[in-house]
Amino acid sequence: MVELTHDSRPIIGRGPPLTAYFFTLAAISVALMVADQRYRQIDRIRESLSSVVYPVQRAVDLPFRATDWVAGSFADRSRLRQDNLELTARLRLANLQLQRFAVLEEENRRLRDMRENTAGIAEKVLVAAILNVDLDPFRHRVLLDKGATDGVFKGQAVLDGDGIFGQVAKVTSSTSEVILISDAEHAIPVQSNRSGVRTIAVGTGDQNKLSLPFVTVESDLQEGDLLLSTGMGGVFPPGYPVAKVSKVRRAGSTFALVEARPTAQLDRAREVLLVWFKAPVVDNALAPPAPAAPDDAENATTGQAATTPPAAVPAPATVPAAPGGGE
Amino acid sequence: MLARRLLYWASMAVGLVLAIVPLPAWLDPVRPDLALLAMIYFVLTSPRIAGLGYAWLSGLFLDVLRGMVLGQHALGFLVVGYVTHKLQLRMRMFPIVQQAVIVMMLLGLYHFLMFWIDGLTGHGFTGWVRWLPVVSGALLWPLVVALGDSLTRRSS
Repeated sequence: MVELTHDSRPIIGRGPPLTAYFFTLAAISVALMVADQRYRQIDRIRESLSSVVYPVQRAVDLPFRATDWVAGSFADRSRLRQDNLELTARLRLANLQLQRFAVLEEENRRLRDMRENTAGIAEKVLVAAILNVDLDPFRHRVLLDKGATDGVFKGQAVLDGDGIFGQVAKVTSSTSEVILISDAEHAIPVQSNRSGVRTIAVGTGDQNKLSLPFVTVESDLQEGDLLLSTGMGGVFPPGYPVAKVSKVRRAGSTFALVEARPTAQLDRAREVLLVWFKAPVVDNALAPPAPAAPDDAENATTGQAATTPPAAVPAPATVPAAPGGGE
Repeated sequence: MLARRLLYWASMAVGLVLAIVPLPAWLDPVRPDLALLAMIYFVLTSPRIAGLGYAWLSGLFLDVLRGMVLGQHALGFLVVGYVTHKLQLRMRMFPIVQQAVIVMMLLGLYHFLMFWIDGLTGHGFTGWVRWLPVVSGALLWPLVVALGDSLTRRSS
């Protein structure tokens, strides 16, 4: 039973009038929300508050990291041996492929140099760990342990070992929030590896499903097609796997129902890669040259805005994956 | 009195930590708003110390922790805190079950506000799953009261 542990009867002259207090704080909340949606300056307030709550996020993450570490340290010998054998075998295979790849890359670079176009090649990557923190069950966001002090900027591409993971939506000094490609507010321009059909993959809010709403009935997409990033919009580096087409239904009269399964391990990844790359030059002689490699946050955001996608792309491609697109 | 104040801030911190502790995916939508329940409890038992400012700050920290629009949870906590404050003299008299029902209504109000602001800021998620914390929170209320009572008795 809730008890009266402290006298609360209104006594004249004690404490501020409740309703006035309520309306003041409510007005401040509304002002904060509006400012957060519309203006940039609020980021500084968020930044200072974030530094207060950062220890809390770290503290939540710590036990999970510790269990991982303990499990890793006390793994039994036979399992380690097994892992080692497997990894060696995989490494041998990968090295074999890499030998061929080195030649191809050199050739590719030479060809691109001839066209003065070295865009889309990752210049720098940084490994970031995903903090074990649940942000919101209905939004696909994760928190990384790298922030502005590591050079992370808003709109930066995030990859894992198997494909494109998402992009940075918010940055504070020591953490950054990533919106996954499966978030319902995210969209990414893609291209079929087999047929070259270009379209947009939109997140559905289901981690195993992307939807491709702008595919016409006639377009050449099949189940099993690998969808690669096109690099249009300048957020993602081109040519990385995004998803595999899992379902094509041509029932309607204009648009086919197409679904794809992300290749990146959106629900299982523990560590991801933050990528810096040269924004791609559009394959069109008339297009203006892309700005220089994004080194810091300012350059990156302007570079992203300045890159103009070619006119051939359907209209939604011009707004690829701007998180918080309501601005 | 200092111990009491410490208790309020400590329980706020615990509530906020429990709001972001990773849960298995199936349990995540059911996660009760413990920070909010703790706030309601303290506004009921000692409104002079834990008032609207306390409620508002809890919500603001939750916003920052979860990367939401700044002020969203703050407003939700504030409104719930205000209504609780208005109802406190009556709510104290209620038997625990009736209290839980009122708490359920407060949680409903809170989640309706969150739903509304989500919609305004373009994050709308309309599934029925988002209303589960209203029920789980109300079911947890007796436990919160029992725990809170034993803690306050020890601290005073």
